[in-house]
Amino acid sequence: MSNLGFARSLMALSLAFHIIFAVVGMGMPLLMVIAEARWLRSRQPVLLDLARRWARGTAILFAVGAASGTVLSFELGLLWPAFMRFAGGIIGMPFSLEGFAFFTEAIFLGLYLYGWDRLSPRVHVLCGAVVALSGLASAAFVIAANAWMNAPVGFTLVDGRITDVDPIAAMLGPATLPQVLHMAIAAYLATGIAVAAVHAWFLRRDASSAFHGHAFRMAIGTVLLTAPLQFASGDVIARMAARLQPAKFAAMEAHYDTRAAAPIVIGGLPDDKAMTVHWAIEVPSLLSILVGGSTDAEVTGLEDIPRNRWPPTRIVHFAFDLMVACGTALLILAMWIGLRLLRRRAVVGSPALLSACVIAGPLGFVAIEAGWVVTEVGRQPWVVQGIMRTADAVTPAPALAVPFIGFTAIYAVLAAVLVFALRSQFIETAPHPRTGS
Amino acid sequence: MNIETILAVVILASLVLYALSGGADFGGGVWDALASGPRADAQREAIAEAIGPIWEANHVWLILVVVVVFTAFPSAFAMIMTALYVPLMLVLVGIVLRASAFVFRKYAARRDTGYRRWSAIFGASSLLVPFLLGLCPGALASGDIRVVDDRLITSLTAGWTGAFAIGCGLFAQALFAFLAATYMTVETAGDTDLQHDFRIRALASGVALGPIAAVLFFLARVRAPVIFGALTGTWAPPLLIATSVAAVGALYALMVRRYHLGRACAAVQVACIIVGWGIGQYPYLIVPDITFANAAGPPQTLRLLTVALAAGAAVLFPSFFYLFRVFKSTAGGTEDQADRATRSINPTTRSSSSTEL
Repeated sequence: MSNLGFARSLMALSLAFHIIFAVVGMGMPLLMVIAEARWLRSRQPVLLDLARRWARGTAILFAVGAASGTVLSFELGLLWPAFMRFAGGIIGMPFSLEGFAFFTEAIFLGLYLYGWDRLSPRVHVLCGAVVALSGLASAAFVIAANAWMNAPVGFTLVDGRITDVDPIAAMLGPATLPQVLHMAIAAYLATGIAVAAVHAWFLRRDASSAFHGHAFRMAIGTVLLTAPLQFASGDVIARMAARLQPAKFAAMEAHYDTRAAAPIVIGGLPDDKAMTVHWAIEVPSLLSILVGGSTDAEVTGLEDIPRNRWPPTRIVHFAFDLMVACGTALLILAMWIGLRLLRRRAVVGSPALLSACVIAGPLGFVAIEAGWVVTEVGRQPWVVQGIMRTADAVTPAPALAVPFIGFTAIYAVLAAVLVFALRSQFIETAPHPRTGS
Repeated sequence: MNIETILAVVILASLVLYALSGGADFGGGVWDALASGPRADAQREAIAEAIGPIWEANHVWLILVVVVVFTAFPSAFAMIMTALYVPLMLVLVGIVLRASAFVFRKYAARRDTGYRRWSAIFGASSLLVPFLLGLCPGALASGDIRVVDDRLITSLTAGWTGAFAIGCGLFAQALFAFLAATYMTVETAGDTDLQHDFRIRALASGVALGPIAAVLFFLARVRAPVIFGALTGTWAPPLLIATSVAAVGALYALMVRRYHLGRACAAVQVACIIVGWGIGQYPYLIVPDITFANAAGPPQTLRLLTVALAAGAAVLFPSFFYLFRVFKSTAGGTEDQADRATRSINPTTRSSSSTEL
């Protein structure tokens, strides 16, 4: 692999690792705060117990997330110095604001995690709410910077030099709102289903556990709300990609020929040489309807884009289908739960449903990882869409294989230890006298 | 004052705050690695309890420095990240390992081999990172890193492998360790034995700073003339006097067991040292080719950033004040604090019992 290949792999690894913790850092505080706020109203001890248990898991994940996030802020410069020199002045603003949001998050998380007996319950739950809000803000700012890479605005390019920089316009470009919404909903959905899966696992053994019952219902509640919303936001962001990044969109859909009545291509193996997709399921005209509102709408295919500006079709198409498949599975699960609720039957009462939730546990995170592959690989060969190529941004430093291998080893060990640590947090402290009845 | 200078002051102030807070957290890790004697475990626990609630927030000062530099001085950021690629990559490894080790150890279900292994990693990475971070200002001030036409023309080992940078690395290590030990004398109020342990450590590391500083002074003459210039120029007398008074004051206060005074003096001493370095380094980001002026980004961005920093500070400082008031105001109140410590139902420090939940 070339130096560029190692730089891209290291960046991808760092992002893929960090995104898990960033997402948990958004979703878990919300669940903790809801549990604690409900405890404040009802004073049921089991709810306080739950808030505390969730807080312990969050503490572990947040620490690793803070460190892996620091890695990313340095790697932007260590791996892509030319990109930062070009873009720092334009998109530094959201990063600086993110710095403050993260500061707030870290300060109030410290207060929340260590302040159980030092703060009044009301102040304590407020600190948790600040953590949840600043986590959301911090994600929004980072996404704004990424959105600019997909749809760069807020400057003028004259002979390769930037002028007329408007950092606010750059931060609030056309891709910002769709991307922020899609990612924020994804974070709550992924955390919700993952947490629901853990508690569903325990409920399968003991459906009467009040502790796991409360936990499961709260977590699955977020899934119920966010799974349908995510489909709507997915539609918005896909139409945006079709408009602003036709090459990315064509690769996502494995769509080679520019035509009206374009079909949706599900699965299959894209073949760039033959400009066709083998063994795919096609739904006639659906792509035209989704993008343009009618079967007559013409959808730009890869044929209209120079070959040297194609993203890797197979990776992008496969990742896109994987994301959509996970989202669809979660939507079906949400509908199943919704139907049970409409018929006024307890959600925890169905072993089959609980098993389905356990199996669906990782799907939100799989969808997020796949979605970031679509965003980032789909933008290639550009680091800034249409303006700067990734190959021109990479560091001249040699032997990038060394940090890549080093970080791969470290992250692999950390991931294993994390799973073990979280497991022991739950299993060794799970049985609780108060929660049995 | 022009806007680049204002931002340079913000960067320097953030570095001072990082050293006083995050630096001391790393110093705590150094004493964790060097914990010894009959109370070694108690020393480790006291350190973990002191840094637990605050280290993640403290760490963000470093991130703030990074984002301000890349927003306001993007071309300097690109050069620094290229020239210091090797030590900074290692810093990242250290930061990840330290954070993970700290939290895994705290939540280790049983205090057995897992606990010891993470302890060792926490200590080792806490030793490594201050040294590597210290290399960076040393390298940037050395004049060994050269940039021509926006291109780095020196090798990736220039600067940070020099004697002056290595001296700075060792100095940073000792300085953070001294700061942490001094803070710990206040944190352990109520436990005379532990307080004594940290007092000895603070005195030893405080005294060790002297010879390292002297060696750095002589190295600077040839290896880092801009720093030497600052040490002998117009600003030098007041800063040198302030630093010396604070240094002697800290040691004296430790000798006579006036720990709050010792902590204040140590903090002033560290702040003076970093401000002194900053004055010497100004107006250069990388001596001698990159200045704050020639690396500055678009003026609109600089103006907006200054506004954003002011607004951020308005949120940040009250929050920090509250954090420290909640967790650090009782430290030193002897009986009250010991009482709190035993009553604490803090689920994170006393994780071994499940009945508390």
